[in-house]
Amino acid sequence: MVEEITKGKLEEQEFSINMGPQHPSTHGVLRMMLKLKGETVKEVKPQLGYIHRGIEKMCEKLTYQQIIHLTDRLDYMSANILNEAVCLTVEDALQVEVPERVQYIRTIMGELNRIASHQLWWCAFGMDLGALTTFFYGLRDREKILDIFEETIGARLLLSYNVPGGLMNDIHPNFQKKVKEFITYFRKKLPEYDALLTGNPIMQQRTKGIGMLTKEQAIAYGVSGPSGRGSGFSCDVRIHQPYSAYSKADFKEILYHEGDTFARYKVRIDEMWESMNIIEQLIDNIPEGNYTAKMKPVIKLPVGEYYTRVEAVRGEFGVYIVSDGNKTPYRVKFRSPNFSNLSALDLMAREQKIADLIAIGGSMDYVIPDMDR
Amino acid sequence: MRSIINYLKEIFGAVAALFKGMRVTGYYFFHPKEIVTQQYPENRATLTMFDRFKGEVIMPHNENNEHKCTACGICEMNCPNGSIEIISEMKVNEEGKKKKVLSKHIYHLGMCTFCNLCVKTCPSNALAMGQDFEHAVFDRSKLNKVLNKPGSVLMKGTE
Ligand code: SF4
Ligand code: SF4
Repeated sequence: MVEEITKGKLEEQEFSINMGPQHPSTHGVLRMMLKLKGETVKEVKPQLGYIHRGIEKMCEKLTYQQIIHLTDRLDYMSANILNEAVCLTVEDALQVEVPERVQYIRTIMGELNRIASHQLWWCAFGMDLGALTTFFYGLRDREKILDIFEETIGARLLLSYNVPGGLMNDIHPNFQKKVKEFITYFRKKLPEYDALLTGNPIMQQRTKGIGMLTKEQAIAYGVSGPSGRGSGFSCDVRIHQPYSAYSKADFKEILYHEGDTFARYKVRIDEMWESMNIIEQLIDNIPEGNYTAKMKPVIKLPVGEYYTRVEAVRGEFGVYIVSDGNKTPYRVKFRSPNFSNLSALDLMAREQKIADLIAIGGSMDYVIPDMDR
Repeated sequence: MRSIINYLKEIFGAVAALFKGMRVTGYYFFHPKEIVTQQYPENRATLTMFDRFKGEVIMPHNENNEHKCTACGICEMNCPNGSIEIISEMKVNEEGKKKKVLSKHIYHLGMCTFCNLCVKTCPSNALAMGQDFEHAVFDRSKLNKVLNKPGSVLMKGTE
């Protein structure tokens, strides 16, 4: 009897296991219900709700200026870009023309934000694969960007720098100098990333051909951002629908067509180079002018529906506001990239090993509070 | 035979790549000056924060213990999470006019998200952001602060 179980049936059995909500490599409170057969993943069912704060509902009670500080708390790694998205929606609804200076600064801040986020992703991705060293190198360089933020904005992570109509305050006199110093510094340091991790054979074997996502699947599941571009899905809002000052900069969309974990990795590394290009083109040409447009203290949007999309660090971020003419919105909906990206996880992780699931999750760069608003 | 050669090649290639990574770490091992770790809290005496750093909301007072807050309540209204409470009273001034006077500007540090809206919207610039960031206390009630100092009055000429 006992032998029968140990020999036959147990090996055949599928079993369910919970990964998370408190698991170091889910990068937050994400719970995944796994069906495993031995070490092979048969099914991944993500369960949300552990960090639901009802942000969209809270927005209905807040004025448009106050909403900004809540968007920081969605995808905290791209706080500035999400702030910008709300501001763009409000400005679009009111038909306000923001000064060019504001557009330039927003773009530069957004790209700095993107680099900082990718740096932390690189740290965490290395950690997911078991390479602790990366964590220290990534954080070392991210610190420089956070210092730039701190000097101008006063905060390091939850920036709240954009306000409807412009910016909270003007850039610090040192800002341009510091950013240029950072670019020269980071151009020297980024090749270290390649030496430490990209060229590493263990890392390559764990990522190449793992977690395949074809272009068609990426489109069907709405996977956007670097994860979608790793599958050859050209979805960069900065290129296809330039906002702020992106039309003034010359840059290209990073596309890889392999669709595996390594391709998504390469997209992010290359995006850091491209972001530096964008910043370099804009930093010297910040026009003089005001740092906000003239706005009324109480903002009331005209009755109607408004939608704006921007390219956040992890993909397309959309803000949908329905206004009934009051000073608070009637309904707010955020289209967050992480939520759609997560839906493709099951597809990618099936028939892979459980350790690969971590690598795939790392390459999708999940931020849980953004999925679970 | 060929497969063995390939196998060995792979091993040596891997070892070479590992050494490439080790070279980077080795470089920093021998150049400790380039490591940027700050020795906090040992460096507390010399540590200065950027002057825009948002550590807490404060109400600057001048040397005569005067502040600029007129108790208008705009900051209270603009705070997204109710971190500010204004308690005011009606007083008759020298000219015989009734006027609102601030008795307590209560600030709940524990609820504040440092969004800067109160500082930005105050019509008389009575608030500012302070640079202190060591807010840990043993009792939560200590995070509720009264920003106007005891005995302070409104600065002359502030409306
Ligand atoms: S701090 Fe400023 S906004 Fe707040 S009550 Fe005083 S004067 Fe009004
Ligand atoms: S900084 Fe923001 S959250 Fe804090 S007290 Fe001022 S308005 Fe309220």
